[in-house]
Amino acid sequence: MAPYKNSLAAVVIIASVITTSPISSVYAADEGTDVAYNVAKQDWTFGSMTGYFDRAQLQRGYKVYKEVCSACHGMKFMYFRNLSQPGGPEFSAEQTEAIAASVEVEDGPNEEGAMFMRPAKPSDKFPLRFKNDKEAAAANNGAVPPDLSLMAKARTVETHSAWYMFPVNMVTDLATQYQEAGPDYIHALLTGYDDIPSYQRDGSGRLTQVKAGETVPNAEQCVAVQRGEGSDPDVCTPLGDGLNYNRVYPGHQIAMVNPLSDGVVDYEDGTPATLDNYSKDVTAYLMWSSEPKLEERKKLGLKVLLYLIILTGLLYLSKRALWRDVEH
Amino acid sequence: MSHPSTYEPKTGLTRWLDSRLPLMRFLNDTIVTFPTPRNLSYLWTFGGILAFCLAVQIVTGIVLAMHYAATTGDAFSSIEHMMRDVNYGWLIRYTHAVGASMFFLAVYIHMFRGLYYGSYKAPREVIWMLGVIILFLMIATAFMGYSLVWGQMSFWAVTVITNLFSSLDGLIPGLGTSIVQWVWGGFAVDNATLNRLFSLHYLFPFIIAGVVALHIWALHIPGNNNPTGVDVSEKLKEKETLPFHPYYTVKDVFAIGVFAILFAYIIFYAPNYLGHADNYVEANPLQTPPHIVPEWYFLPFYAILRAVPSKLGGVIAMVGAIIVLFFIPWLDTSRVRSTRYRPLYKPFFFFFLFTCIALGYLGAKPAEGWYVIASQFFTFYYFAHFLIVMPVVGIIETPKPRPKSIAESIFNERRDPSSPRLVPAE
Repeated sequence: MAPYKNSLAAVVIIASVITTSPISSVYAADEGTDVAYNVAKQDWTFGSMTGYFDRAQLQRGYKVYKEVCSACHGMKFMYFRNLSQPGGPEFSAEQTEAIAASVEVEDGPNEEGAMFMRPAKPSDKFPLRFKNDKEAAAANNGAVPPDLSLMAKARTVETHSAWYMFPVNMVTDLATQYQEAGPDYIHALLTGYDDIPSYQRDGSGRLTQVKAGETVPNAEQCVAVQRGEGSDPDVCTPLGDGLNYNRVYPGHQIAMVNPLSDGVVDYEDGTPATLDNYSKDVTAYLMWSSEPKLEERKKLGLKVLLYLIILTGLLYLSKRALWRDVEH
Repeated sequence: MSHPSTYEPKTGLTRWLDSRLPLMRFLNDTIVTFPTPRNLSYLWTFGGILAFCLAVQIVTGIVLAMHYAATTGDAFSSIEHMMRDVNYGWLIRYTHAVGASMFFLAVYIHMFRGLYYGSYKAPREVIWMLGVIILFLMIATAFMGYSLVWGQMSFWAVTVITNLFSSLDGLIPGLGTSIVQWVWGGFAVDNATLNRLFSLHYLFPFIIAGVVALHIWALHIPGNNNPTGVDVSEKLKEKETLPFHPYYTVKDVFAIGVFAILFAYIIFYAPNYLGHADNYVEANPLQTPPHIVPEWYFLPFYAILRAVPSKLGGVIAMVGAIIVLFFIPWLDTSRVRSTRYRPLYKPFFFFFLFTCIALGYLGAKPAEGWYVIASQFFTFYYFAHFLIVMPVVGIIETPKPRPKSIAESIFNERRDPSSPRLVPAE
């Protein structure tokens, strides 16, 4: 056992060297100056092994997308037929046809060789809002609104835990099947529009955040604050032109204007028309559009696992029976 | 074969075939009667698990290729088409993507097992070296496969890694740039690059399969190593070995079953856990992602690459980290194979294991501050382990007494009074 103790001792020594090294203080400083934000884990229906999509929620989410998001964002991998397929919002075939028919798409060429407009059919893709990125940028103050088809899988939450927590987090995430960092981020972003934090500068040039509700003369509004080195004054980053403050967005300056607020979309099923509900519903809808086979996957997974566990159990019994009288 | 063939064709057809193409004899000698030490632990099941992984990757890969379009305009959307509209396309694609990770997980366990029990030592040097070639081919294949997704991380990984060749400009001006353009098939990572990556990604697994055949062939000459590292004695061969079938076929298949449970769990419940969110954003040559991070199985090598301040030096260190593995059979000067009987080497082995994990962690972190210093320390130890520790410890160490034979080690264990199996039945 002695060698094990040696290697353990080595690990412990290195661990203590690294934990007491300046890495931890760098992060502490970061947390002190940056406006702290936490992306809270939400209670999604589609998490965990028995995850599913709430049909009504997806239908509401689609409504939010259609009435708000689609003003700028396209969904290029989505077809109208997806709206009625199993595992999605499951609009009826008639509803889907009506939704499709409410927009015009270009078709052609016809027999004269000309392109023409016609009402969309379920087999058509969602029409794109802009012809290309250039047009999108021109219409949006230089920023291209990203396509939303895969958005819920294309975003994640950066965690800044200490290095020794890494294996713990890894195992926890795997054991709890945490795959909802993207949805958590989108929900946090949509509810993360806020007033720019105000700072007060003291005699030595240090900036301290003004508590909510207080007013101070000569307050500086900063999206980020960088500590001055030595006796240099702190540097305040003001909000850029045409940008909006969001406490969740990396860098806190986002081109998208706050898209949602209480009451902007009418809900017909009695769900309160609040910002939080809009954000949750549209996020659930985006998760479905990113992973339309999620329900099928989770259901099949249970069967596959059950099968494999029984098979492996039988294989173990065979192995044991064969090896029982074999000294090894 | 190192053991005499005991195959006797029983039917007219097999007798006829045996004198023309002794295929049945070959299969009988290699996977049925092949004498295998009876004291192998479950760490010896990873060979079978790896064969399973390769088969899964080839089968799912062939189906994926039926739906994939290797053009910069269509690659990303053809994969989304599979995920959405192809029957069970999501299952095949997730199996292939997760399968790459499972393949590397198994290969790393397989390699550390070989390192711990001295399976690379004479007379098994060629098996080990063929294994290193397989690792090298796997790295190339996985890298090219990841690029085919044509997401942001794919695109920038290709850009960063192919650009490493340009470090050769430091040796001969223009050499690196010429090689990079030749690899790209143009002046940027573009359609020509994607096309050749696809072509080679389809080719390499079959080369791997070929080298695996050599690896297994080379294994069947001396036979398996075992946890004691002691050779099977010619005299006690009957007592010390078991025919591969059914003893090890059933054990391997059971181990594959356990492995498949973990594999399925990740496919169905955390398929994107091992990937990067950025790779669900289509490749955009005009926008660099904030952190370019490779897949987890490349992180130790990536940490070594970034630990060296000069670009060329980093490339040399990264390639050297694999090249050095070829020389392990001769760098290890110990007379003893199994680390079980090597008290001085054992802590170094576990520290080396820790080093690889630490490099993996550091590879995922930005190259700044203490991360760089830690990367440099562990990079140093990575090489020092092979180039200093292995030769020196082998000479100065006094190994613990080893059993004279596998039979003795099994017998001694039985005689151990604390062994519950000796308790007489009442």
